[in-house]
Amino acid sequence: MATKRKKATHTGQRRSLRLDIWFMRHLQVSLSSLGRLSRNPVSTLMTAAVIGIALSLPIGLHLLLNNAQQLSGNWDGAASISLFLTKETGQESATKLAARLRLQDEIEHVQLISREEALEEFRTLSGFSSVLDSLEGNPLPNVLIIEPGEKHSSPEAAEQLLGELEKIREVEFAQLDLQWVRRFQGITQIAKRAVWVLGTLLGIAVLLIVGNTIRLEIQNRHAEIEITKLIGGTNTFIRRPFLYSGFWYGLFGGIIAWLLVTLSLILLDSPVEKLAGLYGSQFGLSGVDLTTFALLLGGSSLLGLCGSWIAVGRHLSEIEPT
Amino acid sequence: MIHFDNVTKRYPGGHEGLKNASFHIEPGEMVFLTGHSGAGKSTLLKLIGLLERSTRGQVRVASRNLTRLKRRETPYHRREVGMIFQDHRLLYDRTVFDNVAIPLVVSGVGHLETGRRVRAALDKVGLLNKEKAYPITLSGGEQQRVGIARAVVSKPPVVLADEPTGNLDPTLSREIMQLFDQFNSVGVTLLIATHDLALISRMNKRILTLQNSRLIRDIAPEETIGGN
Ligand SMILES: Nc1ncnc2c1ncn2[C@@H]1O[C@H](COP(=O)(O)OP(=O)(O)OP(=O)(O)O)[C@@H](O)[C@H]1O
Ligand SMILES: [Mg+2]
Repeated sequence: MATKRKKATHTGQRRSLRLDIWFMRHLQVSLSSLGRLSRNPVSTLMTAAVIGIALSLPIGLHLLLNNAQQLSGNWDGAASISLFLTKETGQESATKLAARLRLQDEIEHVQLISREEALEEFRTLSGFSSVLDSLEGNPLPNVLIIEPGEKHSSPEAAEQLLGELEKIREVEFAQLDLQWVRRFQGITQIAKRAVWVLGTLLGIAVLLIVGNTIRLEIQNRHAEIEITKLIGGTNTFIRRPFLYSGFWYGLFGGIIAWLLVTLSLILLDSPVEKLAGLYGSQFGLSGVDLTTFALLLGGSSLLGLCGSWIAVGRHLSEIEPT
Repeated sequence: MIHFDNVTKRYPGGHEGLKNASFHIEPGEMVFLTGHSGAGKSTLLKLIGLLERSTRGQVRVASRNLTRLKRRETPYHRREVGMIFQDHRLLYDRTVFDNVAIPLVVSGVGHLETGRRVRAALDKVGLLNKEKAYPITLSGGEQQRVGIARAVVSKPPVVLADEPTGNLDPTLSREIMQLFDQFNSVGVTLLIATHDLALISRMNKRILTLQNSRLIRDIAPEETIGGN
């Protein structure tokens, strides 16, 4: 019984020791391939930069799209409804109606734009002031701008609310300002797909770049590979440093892509804020979050690994000692 | 240790580098392989180190049947056969120490053990003071000895040498042969291909002679003494 247990812990120890050795060897190989790359900093950096630029394009576009969607998502009054009141409805009853609507659950905010205000705004903005002056009286109606509450601002709910509001006696006609939201959604769908297509193409480009770089590296180390095979190095052993090189290229490319995207967003941020300010919004661009960052680095290292795997698979077996 | 049964090697193009060769080498033997240029000496050694595969016949080394050995098992076979080449086949961007360490590194020997064994091997070939040097800074004889240290560092049961003294002066050649004799005295099986008949006639060892791809003579040590 006691000896049995002793034996069990013994094999357990041996297994953990072997795992240690395995881990140490991988660490050693990965560091030495890193060292090899650092001995040619310029060419390493150039390869990584090409990968970084290729990756930064789809990542940057993806982030811009996300930002745009966020913008359209929390745009106040994205589903605002304009109620054009009848000519007969005067200022007083318009105010009363506004107060009444404000009590409704579905409605968050009601703004009354009186005929006079509307005319004044039109005069200053349109540049038709002389034409307006020649008109007798004010042709514009009183208008109520309705903003549905958060739960009712989806296109469907807003449309239902529109139906109810149209039935009010004082309302000449009601208009739901949804079309641009729909268009915007359509455009972002297309853009999203375009980003995927672009991402796939550039991902393939990264595979080819890494593959070609590793192919050259294999050629440069032809003698070393041949001698290692001669002395009894297994393919796994010979392959390992090249796979790590690919991994490092991918990782560095990912970091460069992240830097490029972050830098571009910083450059874009202040003009966007200014623009948003014009619309009374506090919108600012959100950068690369942690998840995207992790996905970017994970994905780029994986691409590097795959690229070198392909090159190694094709070219390593061609080298046989004679 | 090494068994050839009717082994023929036909190269692509049809030329036969070795024809119907049969012989046995016992464990712990030291054997010379000789013959004119193009006789098939390198071919024979390459068949043992699995640098080439036989076209017909059977090659066995220790308990391995090389004819049936799977490709992915080749590295494990090569680890048990130390090979020495006339052109050394060293890595010129690595130090002497690193060159000699390769066989241990590929078979996953630990760091400390590697250092210990590499120094022991370098000590044996008299190059302990050159461990940090690069091969290019060494003389031909020294480079050859680095190659020998590399071939024996992992203590393989079989060591093959293809013209190890090809470019060396007689004194150096004799030193290297003495080195081989030392390995042999601790039980290593050696097969050495060479042109240098004068040298091997003094060594009192078995001699295999190839001519036009055929094994034409197998002389036992006693007979070489008699012939001398
Ligand atoms: N890869 C090859 N392809 C075709 N023929 C080959 C190949 N290698 C060797 N040969 C031929 O096989 C024959 C034996 O060659 P091998 O290299 O074994 O001779 P050797 O005895 O080692 O000669 P040397 O003393 O000049 O080194 C030669 O005629 C050679 O031309
Ligand atoms: Mg030869």
